[in-house]
Amino acid sequence: MTQPERSRNAAGEARVVALVSSGRHPVSGRAGRAREDARAVEMGLALAGASLHLAHAGDAEDAALPEYLGMFHGLDGAGGPGELSLLPMAAGDDAVPLLATWLEAYGANLVLTGQRAECGEGSGLLPYLLAERLGWAVATGVAAIEHCEGDRITVLQALPQGQRRRLEVRLPCLLCVDGVAPMPRQSAFGPSRRGRVEAVTNVTAEPDTLQAAWQWQPARARPKRLKVVKSTNARDRFKAAAAKSAASGGQVLTDLSSDEAAQKLIDYLRAEKVLPAVQPGEEGQPSA
Amino acid sequence: MLQTLLPILIFAALAVGAAGAVRRIRLWRQGRRTPMRWHRLVLMPKRYLNDLHHVVARDKAIAHTHVATAGGFVAAMALALVVHGFGWHNPILGGLLLAASLCMFIGALAVNRRRIDPPAKLSKGPWQRLSKSLLAYSVGMFLVSLPLVGVAPTLLGGGVLALILLALVAWGLAEMLIGMGWGGPMKHAFAGSFHLAFHRRPERFDDQHRDVAHDVHRGSRSTALFPLDLTAKTLGVEKPADFQWEQLLGFDACVQCGRCQSVCPAYAAGQPLNPKKLIQDMVVGMAGGSDARYAGSGYPGIEVGKHHGGPSDAIVPQLVEAQTLWACTTCRACVEECPMMIEHVDAIVDMRRFITLERGETPEKGAAAIDNLIATDNPGGLDNASRLDWAADLDIPRIQQRPEGVDVLLWLGDGAFDMRNQRTLRALVKILRAGGVDFAVLGDEERDSGDVARRLGDEATFQRLAERNIATLSRYRFQRIVTADPHSFHVLGREYGAFGGDYVVKHHSTFIAELFDAGRLSVKAAEPGETVTYHDPCYLGRYNGEFAAPRQVLAALGVEVAEMERSGYRSRCCGGGGGAALSDVPGKARIPDMRMEDVRETGATTVAVACPQCTAMLEGVVEPRPQVKDLAELVAAALVEPSAAPTARTSTEAPEEVPA
Repeated sequence: MTQPERSRNAAGEARVVALVSSGRHPVSGRAGRAREDARAVEMGLALAGASLHLAHAGDAEDAALPEYLGMFHGLDGAGGPGELSLLPMAAGDDAVPLLATWLEAYGANLVLTGQRAECGEGSGLLPYLLAERLGWAVATGVAAIEHCEGDRITVLQALPQGQRRRLEVRLPCLLCVDGVAPMPRQSAFGPSRRGRVEAVTNVTAEPDTLQAAWQWQPARARPKRLKVVKSTNARDRFKAAAAKSAASGGQVLTDLSSDEAAQKLIDYLRAEKVLPAVQPGEEGQPSA
Repeated sequence: MLQTLLPILIFAALAVGAAGAVRRIRLWRQGRRTPMRWHRLVLMPKRYLNDLHHVVARDKAIAHTHVATAGGFVAAMALALVVHGFGWHNPILGGLLLAASLCMFIGALAVNRRRIDPPAKLSKGPWQRLSKSLLAYSVGMFLVSLPLVGVAPTLLGGGVLALILLALVAWGLAEMLIGMGWGGPMKHAFAGSFHLAFHRRPERFDDQHRDVAHDVHRGSRSTALFPLDLTAKTLGVEKPADFQWEQLLGFDACVQCGRCQSVCPAYAAGQPLNPKKLIQDMVVGMAGGSDARYAGSGYPGIEVGKHHGGPSDAIVPQLVEAQTLWACTTCRACVEECPMMIEHVDAIVDMRRFITLERGETPEKGAAAIDNLIATDNPGGLDNASRLDWAADLDIPRIQQRPEGVDVLLWLGDGAFDMRNQRTLRALVKILRAGGVDFAVLGDEERDSGDVARRLGDEATFQRLAERNIATLSRYRFQRIVTADPHSFHVLGREYGAFGGDYVVKHHSTFIAELFDAGRLSVKAAEPGETVTYHDPCYLGRYNGEFAAPRQVLAALGVEVAEMERSGYRSRCCGGGGGAALSDVPGKARIPDMRMEDVRETGATTVAVACPQCTAMLEGVVEPRPQVKDLAELVAAALVEPSAAPTARTSTEAPEEVPA
């Protein structure tokens, strides 16, 4: 599980931080480790060993925090207790500036996190907003870290149907760990009890003004149309059941200028009705 | 010459032996200290002569051999000290000394006969030597004492013969006295005596039981695991010095008789566990060194001599492989058989606690079950609100609707999520209705009792579940709890007491037997020709001493019970206890297959069970095999209920009692 050689490299070159959030159990709704965040911590522990640092923006009393700290076991070397920096904020505050300020102050250059929180807003946008604010690279759907040498890190990105894409990313960067990453280790009671949660006091949270302006309504579960596969062949039925909807009708565009690329994207989003349709008055205006 | 050399020999052996004994006591005292209760030393003779002898006497030949040898030795040693040591050459004492030596000699002959072709369960090495040493001591002591009664006084004057005799006595004294202090086979007598006096479970020697009729093996019911202090610096046992000192003393008392090995289901299935080797490994860890000198059967599939340990070195994996600990089903067959009253299961759970709570290395499925218990209060990770789905049409009263209280709280256990066990529960509900029992269930407020979490070493999750269940139970009023799950029965009845939950808990077999006794159930006669055998669940029988009630129920049904060779307190485990079904350590055979073979040997067509785990394990055996039926199912199938049927119908007509 632990690879001393790698961890020494990483500890020398990278300051690894895992951002953790409060998970919700899909059946009971009880607070606990979030599925993807726990995998991010596992990846961080395999890479950096006990020098991995955890951070959470939110409530100090969250039941999930000790569970993450309980993963600090089976590590080489001293294997001291896990440490978690808590950035206190209320539910309506914006986590992005808080985390960005703290990460810069801490001097982190490799941040691991899940792709999407299991409760709260859960938009999955935090990694992007954070990377944008810090000016870092961001890679999503990370299934494994292959190497970390110097300021370069090679990761495998998960694609549908078990495909993987190798990416080389320059540090500092933010990696969003996918659910297909290796299973997180068990959270043990002893280390969770010894783990330290330190509240960071020199940051102040700002209310999330954007979120406050939103209009909220309960989500409606929509029935899914069943695709009935009429086949007498079990193999075909299995394939149909197991198949992820493969992307179809896409185009691969290369050698476009950034303006052309942006226009293509806008056109696509309009066609998908994500952006409002073209107003008559806007027709013919150059878009940038 | 003899008169001068004998006292020197005796006192020298005593002194050297005593020096070794002091060193040995220091080894035990490396363990965690507890307040010393010196007055318990007084209890030792009674515990030895009564409780220990009861266990040894299960094998009459060995008991007689041991009485002759040990009794003869103790008498001969005491007399020799007076006669030869202090030189009081009294002919009467001499005669007694001759008689004691003779008695020991006869015992030693029996020991030697057993050692000619020793059974596989016995350890060899020094233990083979001991049989010869016993002969040497008894023969030597007899012959050197002959002059005391005036026989052959001149014969012993000769130098060569006297030297030979002295050598025999010296050999005997070296084995018996020096070996006792310095870790030879006779160590068992020295450590065993102290172990009996300072045993960690003094209740095991307590004969004052309320219900003796139900339980002939009275003392063995001290079976609740000890609570763990969750604020301690390290949790569980990492190294031998983390054991309580009484436990280390207990390990040292082992005689390597191998009774535990011959009853261990995991050992028989070829899984890497041998209780005897485990205890010897603990001794190796306590004293420091390697297991190369162990002269008995090892763990199946693990070579002897490759492991080593020390009092302050981690046990797993240098001394014992984790697989060994996870193979245990906590069936307590070894503890029940052990003539030295060693507590193997406590030791295994102590070491599991460290692995789970500190290292987080519970076997994968066990860890998943613990995570589910934390998140959903049941090991399957299922919605607790679905606990009563199987009873949607049964209209079972909820205790929440009965603030005035009920007679019986029916504890469902996690079998409520298992489709096979749901049939048992439905049968039990039918019986309760037929018997006119006032009962109710907790519904989705019931949580797992914590049995699996605790046996997997997760004391933190167990205590959390226990506290929550106790808080829930404190809100409702009921006379007693009835459950069809012996694991819940044991945990609720015996282990919740330490956390402030004291309840009258009855297993459904006991409760049904009471209903029969009270004449509240009427059943039709059993079909002739069908033979039934009964499989005692460990947590009902060995853990709680309930052997009689299930048999009473079967007798009330009028079925013929063909007992298995291993039944009652010697019942063989189904392989499903202690989280062993989750850790699933590979072996050469499956434990339930072996148990089904026991069933087949009786010629029974049905095996009656009384535990959801046993049902699941035994039904997992491939067909064709005898059918597996819970006692409740057998009773429900035989019920004749002329009056109960209409009442059941009226209750289904009351629709307001059906909140799903």
